[in-house]
Amino acid sequence: MADVVVVGAGMVGASCAYYLSRAGLDVTVVDRGPVAGGTTGAGEGNLLVSDKLPGPELDLMLVSLARWAELDADVGGFEFTPKGGLVVSSSSLESLVAAHRAVGVTATVVDPGEYEPELVSGRHGAFYPQDAQVQPALAAARLLHAAGIKVQHAEVSSLAVQSDRVVGVRTRDGVIAAEHVVNAGGVWAGELSQAFGAAIPVSPRRGFVLVTEPLPPIIRHKVYAAEYLDNVASGDAELQSSAVVEGTPSGTILIGASRERVGFDPRVPREVLRRLAAQAVELFPVLAGVHTLRVYRGFRPYSADHVPIIGPDPRRPGLYHACGHEGAGIGLAPATGELITAAVTGGTPPVDPTPYAPVRFAA
Amino acid sequence: MIRYDVAVVGGGPAGLAAAAAASGDARAVVVDAGSRLGGQFWRHRAGAEPPALWRLRSSADHLPDAPVWFAEPVDPVDPAESAESAESSTGFRLHTPAGVVTADRIVLATGAHDRSVPFPGWTLPGVVTVGAAQALLKAHGVLIGRRVAVAGAGPFLLAVAAGLATAGAEVVGVFEAGYLRGYAKHPRALGPAKLAEGARYAAVLARQRVPYRRGHTVTAAHGTDALEAITVTGRGRERRLDVDALAISYGFTPQVELAIALGCDTHLDRDGSLVVTVDDDQRTSIKGVYAAGEITGVGGADLAQLEGRIAGRAAAGKVPDPAPRRQRAKARRFARAMHDVHRRPSWIEHLADDTLICRCEEVPYAEVREAVELGATDTRAVKLLCRAGMGWCQGRICGPAVAELTAHLNGRPPTRDDQAAFANRAIAQPTTLGDLAGP
Amino acid sequence: MSGMTFTFDGRPIAAESGQSVAAALWAAGIQSWRRTRQGDEPRGLFCGIGVCFDCLVVINGTSGRRACLVEAHDGDVVERA
Repeated sequence: MADVVVVGAGMVGASCAYYLSRAGLDVTVVDRGPVAGGTTGAGEGNLLVSDKLPGPELDLMLVSLARWAELDADVGGFEFTPKGGLVVSSSSLESLVAAHRAVGVTATVVDPGEYEPELVSGRHGAFYPQDAQVQPALAAARLLHAAGIKVQHAEVSSLAVQSDRVVGVRTRDGVIAAEHVVNAGGVWAGELSQAFGAAIPVSPRRGFVLVTEPLPPIIRHKVYAAEYLDNVASGDAELQSSAVVEGTPSGTILIGASRERVGFDPRVPREVLRRLAAQAVELFPVLAGVHTLRVYRGFRPYSADHVPIIGPDPRRPGLYHACGHEGAGIGLAPATGELITAAVTGGTPPVDPTPYAPVRFAA
Repeated sequence: MIRYDVAVVGGGPAGLAAAAAASGDARAVVVDAGSRLGGQFWRHRAGAEPPALWRLRSSADHLPDAPVWFAEPVDPVDPAESAESAESSTGFRLHTPAGVVTADRIVLATGAHDRSVPFPGWTLPGVVTVGAAQALLKAHGVLIGRRVAVAGAGPFLLAVAAGLATAGAEVVGVFEAGYLRGYAKHPRALGPAKLAEGARYAAVLARQRVPYRRGHTVTAAHGTDALEAITVTGRGRERRLDVDALAISYGFTPQVELAIALGCDTHLDRDGSLVVTVDDDQRTSIKGVYAAGEITGVGGADLAQLEGRIAGRAAAGKVPDPAPRRQRAKARRFARAMHDVHRRPSWIEHLADDTLICRCEEVPYAEVREAVELGATDTRAVKLLCRAGMGWCQGRICGPAVAELTAHLNGRPPTRDDQAAFANRAIAQPTTLGDLAGP
Repeated sequence: MSGMTFTFDGRPIAAESGQSVAAALWAAGIQSWRRTRQGDEPRGLFCGIGVCFDCLVVINGTSGRRACLVEAHDGDVVERA
C-alpha cells in the first residue's frame, strides 16, 4: 500500500509526487494517458510573476520561482530559461510597476525598444527579470523520473473509502490502495471531484497558441500586451485575446493568447487564428512575413474564483485537491507540491495555505 | 465571389476525375497546390500534357498555385450541441494563397507522398524519394544522378527505375524489400492490364541490364557531404555499392490533414497508413465532405480515378453510375494484394543511436528512445518530449516512422491515434502571419 | 525551351523555362543549399514535391521558399538558407 496516490501525471501531479517522495513518502502516480498528456502538453511553460496582481496567486508564484531555480539545478533537462518578461502598453505602466514592487516583485519601467528592437515604436514598457520559462512536458517527465516514479496507466473511477476514511482509488483493474489521494486531474479535476463525492468547480477554458518556423533569435523575452492581465482576470465566457509573443530555445516563436469557455470543443476557429496573428504582427511588424507552422489547442483548468484549489477536502478525510491553476499551473506547480506535502505530512507550508483551501467550496 | 456547388481539392487522378464527373450540372472548381494540373502522377513539363489529362478535361474551373492551408464549415455548428444541426451542412470555405473558395460540397483528393523509413545516412544529399527522382525527370528534365540505386517496397520502384534507365542513368539495382511471392496468390486481383504494365517495365530493365533484387533493403548510406555509397542487405549478406544517388520509397503516406481538420473519421489501412473512412458513395463522416483517391487507401491512379468519378457524381447530386463501382471493387482487391506483397521491411533494427528520425528538428533515435523511457507511451507524448515531428514538415516525413517506433518501444502495435498525432494539422500548410491575419 | 540565368550565392546558374530552382541547381551539380541548425549538416532535395521542406532556400530576399516548387526566373538572386 502506497502512502499517497496522485491522480494525474501533468505538471502539478508530477510536482506533488516529487515533493511527497522527497519527504520520504511512497508515492504512486496514476493517469489514463501518458505523462503531460493534458494541459501540460499544450502550454508554453510560463513561469510568470508579471501577469499576477498582488494576491494569493502571486504569493504562490514567488515561492515557486525560487523552487524552479532549485529544480533546474537538482533535476534539470527541461529548458529552464530565465528570459524576463516585457509588458507593453499604449498607456503608462507606472502604477502596475509600483504595485508589484510594493510586494517584492522586481519590476522596472523601461523603454521597451531597448529590450526588443523589433517592437513597434511608441509603447510604454515594464520589465520583469524574474519571468522565466520551462518546457513543461519535459519538466513533468523529468520530475517524475527524478523521483523514480513510473506512471501507472489506468482510468480512476472513484475513491475507495472505508469507514469514512480514504483508502485509495478505484480503477477498472481494481483498487490502488493508499492512505492519501491527491486530485491533480488538471482540466478534468472537476469531473474527478464529483466522482469522489467532493465537488469543486474546475472547468475548461480553451486557448490556442501559434508556433512559427524556427528563426534566429529576433524576440528575446516574453512580450505581452497589458490587456493580457485583464483577459486572465476576466470571468467572461466569450472569446478574449491579447498578444503574447516569445521566442523559445528551439528557435520557434510562440504566439498567444486566447481564452474562451466553450467546454471541450476541439475545433479551431478561423477567427481566433486571425486575431492572434493580427495582434502579434501589430506588436512586431517583422512577423508579418514569418511562417506559422502549426496551431495547438489547450484547455486550461479554470477555477470559479480564479484562485487555485490546493489542500485537504474536509468532506473526505484523506482526499486533497491540487488543481484549478488555469493558465498558471506550470509556474505554480512547485509551491503547490510543497503545500500538498505539508498538508499530508503535517509539515510547515511554504505560504499561508488558507486562500487556496478547498474548504471554500465545501459548503 | 462565386459560390461553387462542388470544390475539388487536388488536381491529380482522383480530383480531375471527380471534377469531370461533377461538372455539367454542377458548378465545380479544382483547387490545386500545383501550377499545372496532373498531381504527382501526371507530372509533366510545361506544354507537354499527358493524353490522360486531356481525357479528364471538364468545364470545371481551375485554381492553380492554391494549396489549401485552412478548411472550415461556413457556419460552424458545435457537433456536440445538436445531432440535428451536424446533419445539415452550410457549405465550406477553403483558404488558399490564391484566395478563399466557398462551396456547398467538397471532394478531398489530396493524394499522398512517398513514405520513407529512417536508416543511417538517409539525410545525405543524394538520397531522395523516388517521387523526387520522378518529378525531377518528368517535370524538369534533370537526372537525379549518373549511378543510381532505387530501393524500397512497391510496384512504383520499377516504373521509376525504368524511367531513369531510359533517360540515361546507370541504374545499379532495384532493391525491393518484398519477396513478391504473394502476387501468385492474387491472380484475380492483378488482372491482365497490371501484368502487362509490370512486364513492360521489367522488359525495359532487362534490356538495360538492371538487376532487380527481391528481399533486399538499403540499410545504410555513406558519404561526408554527399552520397558516395550504399549498403544493401538481403538474403543473409551485405554489399557495398558506389552510387551518386539513391531513390527510396516504402509505399505512400496519404495526406489526410484537411479531412482531419474538418472532423472526418479516419482508420488504419492494411498498409498501416492513416486513411479517411468513406461509404459506397465516397462520403466521409462529415456531411458534404467526400474523399477520393490515395487518402481513402493507397491504391494507385486507376483506383483513384474510379473513386473520383463516384465522389464527383455523388457530390453533384447525380444518380449513381454502377460501372465504376464494380471496377472500384476490383481495383481495391489489387490494392490489397499490393499491400500484402510489398511489405515494408523491418527497419528499426538497422538504426544507430545517432540516426536522425526527425530530419527537420534533427532528433536522433537515442532521443526518441529516451522520450519513451521518460514515460511517453504514445506518439503525441514522444513528440512533446523530444520534438520529433515539430519542425517545418510537421511530421509529414517522420510521423509514420515515429508512430511505429513509439509503438515498438512500448511493446505494442501502432494505433490510429499514434498516426493521427502527426496528421492533426489545422493549419495545413505553413502560412505567414500576415496571411493568417487577413480575411 | 528558352534559357535563363539566376545566381546562387553569386554564382550564375543556367535554367530552362519552367524549371524549378532545385532542378536547375541539381543540373549544375549543386546537391546541397542549406545546412541544418543543430548538426550543421548539408541538405538539399529530398521529397522533391514540397512536402519535406528540406530544400528551403532564400529567393530574392524571401526566406522559407521551397526550391523544389519555385520556378526559376531570369535574374533571381538565390542564397543559402
